[in-house]
Amino acid sequence: MEDRTCTCIPMLNELVFSGQYVESVLSCELRSVRMRDVLTYSLAMLTCASSPAEPVLYLMIMMAKDPKRCNPLLLEMRQIDKSFPGVHALKNVSMKLRSSEVLGLVGENGAGKSTLIKVLGGAHLPDSGKILIEGQSVHILSPTAAQQAGVSIIYQEFNLIPELTVRENIFLGREKTRMGFVRAAEEHRKTLQLFSKIGINIDANTRCSELTVAQQQTVEIAKALSVNAKIIVMDEPTATLTAQEVGRLFAVIRDLKSHGLGIIYISHRFDEVFEVADRVMVLRDAEHVGTEDINDITREKLIEMTVGRPIESEFPRRSTNPGHVRLRVEDLCRGNAVRNVSFSVRAGEVLGFAGLVGAGRTETMRLIFGADKPDSGRIFIDGVETDIHSPKDAIRNRICLLTEDRKGHGLVLIHSCRENFGLPNLDRFGRGVFLDRRKERREFSGFVESLRIRVSGHEQLVMNLSGGNQQKVVLAKWLERNADIMIFDEPTRGIDVGTKYEIYLLMNRLLAEGKAIIMISSELPEVLGMSDRVIVMHEGRIKGEITDMANATQEDVLSMAMA
Amino acid sequence: MTTKMFSDYGMVLVLIVLCIFFSFLTLNEQTPQDSDAIAGLIERVTTEFNKSDIILVVGAVNTGSEPFAEVLGEELEGEGFSNVRVVVGIPRDLRLALDDIRAKGGVLAAIATTGDVPKWLVIELMPEKYPEFSGCKMLAPKSYMWPVFLKRSNLLAIVDRIVVIAVIAIGMTMVIITAGIDLSVGSLIALSAVIGTLLMKKMGGLQAPGWVVLIGFLVGILSCGIVGGLGGFVVARFKVAPFITTLGIMMMARGLAFMITGGFSIYQVPKALPWLGQGRSLGTPNTVILLVVLYVAAHIFMAHTRMGRYIYAVGGNEEAARLSGVPVKRVIVFVYVINSLAAGLGGCIQASQLNTGTPSIGVMYELYVIAAVVVGGTSLSGGCGRILGTLIGAFIISVIQNGMNLLGIESYTQQIVLGAVILGAVLLDKVRSAGAVPAFLSRKNKVLD
Repeated sequence: MEDRTCTCIPMLNELVFSGQYVESVLSCELRSVRMRDVLTYSLAMLTCASSPAEPVLYLMIMMAKDPKRCNPLLLEMRQIDKSFPGVHALKNVSMKLRSSEVLGLVGENGAGKSTLIKVLGGAHLPDSGKILIEGQSVHILSPTAAQQAGVSIIYQEFNLIPELTVRENIFLGREKTRMGFVRAAEEHRKTLQLFSKIGINIDANTRCSELTVAQQQTVEIAKALSVNAKIIVMDEPTATLTAQEVGRLFAVIRDLKSHGLGIIYISHRFDEVFEVADRVMVLRDAEHVGTEDINDITREKLIEMTVGRPIESEFPRRSTNPGHVRLRVEDLCRGNAVRNVSFSVRAGEVLGFAGLVGAGRTETMRLIFGADKPDSGRIFIDGVETDIHSPKDAIRNRICLLTEDRKGHGLVLIHSCRENFGLPNLDRFGRGVFLDRRKERREFSGFVESLRIRVSGHEQLVMNLSGGNQQKVVLAKWLERNADIMIFDEPTRGIDVGTKYEIYLLMNRLLAEGKAIIMISSELPEVLGMSDRVIVMHEGRIKGEITDMANATQEDVLSMAMA
Repeated sequence: MTTKMFSDYGMVLVLIVLCIFFSFLTLNEQTPQDSDAIAGLIERVTTEFNKSDIILVVGAVNTGSEPFAEVLGEELEGEGFSNVRVVVGIPRDLRLALDDIRAKGGVLAAIATTGDVPKWLVIELMPEKYPEFSGCKMLAPKSYMWPVFLKRSNLLAIVDRIVVIAVIAIGMTMVIITAGIDLSVGSLIALSAVIGTLLMKKMGGLQAPGWVVLIGFLVGILSCGIVGGLGGFVVARFKVAPFITTLGIMMMARGLAFMITGGFSIYQVPKALPWLGQGRSLGTPNTVILLVVLYVAAHIFMAHTRMGRYIYAVGGNEEAARLSGVPVKRVIVFVYVINSLAAGLGGCIQASQLNTGTPSIGVMYELYVIAAVVVGGTSLSGGCGRILGTLIGAFIISVIQNGMNLLGIESYTQQIVLGAVILGAVLLDKVRSAGAVPAFLSRKNKVLD
């Protein structure tokens, strides 16, 4: 830091003496000069009779007004531009991150968040633009280069090896060795140091496969710290966490902040952004819409910036008019995961399922859909007892399941949108033995239009779509099936506000057509906002049911889910 | 459209390059030996010579000029030339004939021949050794330049060589698209050939009518299908790794083939057996027709039927396919049955080509089949691949082998080259499809300030 102060003094001198005091402030910022050093400089200048007092005073007033400017700039990305074939993914996007700061990064799916982060992480090369870390221009050509530059990215899918222990994972590729042998004790000591630094308590010798998702995340954070990361990027870190775990993660983030790290926090959950971020940056359609101080912006304004138009309410209204019982389940059991689950759902009704991750909600739905075999239990469809042995049976009985794990269970990623759309519907596109591809294309075109799926063509591979558009492809393939009982397992996970709203509208339309919807969601506002009734599960059992939706609160659900 | 064509069948380029390469290297002087050439020579003889002139017709033994010389001799005599003498053999035979003519005091008027005969030392030295025959004229059809590689007979040899592998590769492509593998096909070739020929032997042997061959083939193919069905069932139902399952079947099927015949080959086969592998219909070899029919059918099946789509889906993401209502287990059993049926058919073709049933045929064929599929652009991790790509892959392998044979490269070297080319072809495909152009080659690097 010393030498940097020295190099900036001639320039500051020049600017200050020529009266360009605004520029002098900016140049301090750009060069990551510690404001403390500038203060020293300013005082020296003030005591010196020959110097003009005005710009120096201005410098000091600026700092007094905005103490955050006292934190040096950690990262600056300037005018980053990136195109892929057919897509302009980033249009001259610039961002700044200071030390001891959490920058929330929000935007719809496909707005360019991931691309920006991948440019920072060395996974993509920008077409143009500049990256500065601590004022030094750097070329991040590979993930390793990013790591060396002090950037660590924690993706939604963790990079931990399940069969290795926590310690082994943290030091993977950088093992401490002596004559080729791993110095386990040394590594263990360092691991404990790291853990105590961020205040977590995990046995360093457990295998990662035995950890909860939240614990794995903290291990990833510890791993990032162990390579001396200065900038940590978290991509949707809370998507699979429970409320408590989220609280603990935030504590860790605040702790990291106090250690001078800069954190970029990507999330679709605005509540969390407001809770943890200092500033929030919004991307829309590959462009930088704005960066605001979190205290200067309201939730409504943030949604409007993200979506590009005001949204009057997050959950669209509908008139409920439940019909006959579409599906009734009695005493469904499977091991410890699902224990004596009974419920029913009517036509034109949304039945919400709340509970912690692992409470047995997804497992119950898999039994109904025939994906797993129940130990016992009976399923009645429209009042008739029905045997369901396989997903094929379920589909024949007009049930469909939007799986929670979109990429793993919902889509064939390496295949095109059209092929994914057609997969459950091929019996409808038959012409004798052969497939009627024209009909398949025609039907898919209809959904591309009605669901506003953003694809470059029918043959675009699903893996190249953003999360929201992938979910729309899944929706399209099941809507084509025209099922009566639709099970939505976390239908809006990882999906932006605008698309969420579209999905809610679609659900309302389906209800009006007399379909029954079961919706599992870990987002309490969503469960409460969209459901007609909510069933809360806990450890495989139904813990309770909430029917008075008008007066239900998140606390009501949580108290049932936790106990 | 062309871009898609090349991205789907990028290996076409490799095949074309190989063909050009070998054509160039095997470019050679060719002398025509067909009936047009004979007619041309007869015309020259009748216009330039008297009916009583002594004319020597020479053909080299075991080459194309042998039948040429015999036909030419007969036709000349038919035209009324009384002193035509046909010599078929090695250069020494020609010398003896010349000596004989000289001893009888005859005067040689012309030598009519083709192929390499005019380059024989005896003929080059004639002016010195046989000055009496100084008036003798050399008559030979005009030669021209043409690659040996592109001769019709050679192209058919390429097909003949690859037909068994190419047929099985159809089934193997389907198996590999489901992210499986089948090592048993080499042994199933032997099993099918042995079962088929044994049945033919029992049903009449040499004297058996044509339909017995058909029965033998069908039984051979179906027994392979049953074995494959069992394997597929084990893979689908018990989730045993396909590699291990089919490894076991490979050993068992080979053992069974030896056990059935007691280790001997079966030679007592009907005369109609070679029809499939060596015969012709409408002037085209049956193997070529079979290949075209099977590949067109398989291509349509994979691209335009529900089952075809299911096969891709199971390989792309088995769980997603199952949750979309795809009968995953049935699909898996299906592809192993198809593959085994293809292997059985391959065995029949092989038996037909060799005109015997031998329990030791088809060793290592599974690896060539897998190589053909992978070179053809099918990913071993499943979910993608094209049937026609496999055909190209099979031809790449066959063309390389054939080309090296023509160039006289010894078999050990051939193995090394073949292995390297397979590896190179697949690498090329990976680099091309992944767009994994090394960073230092990327133009975009420069923009980064």
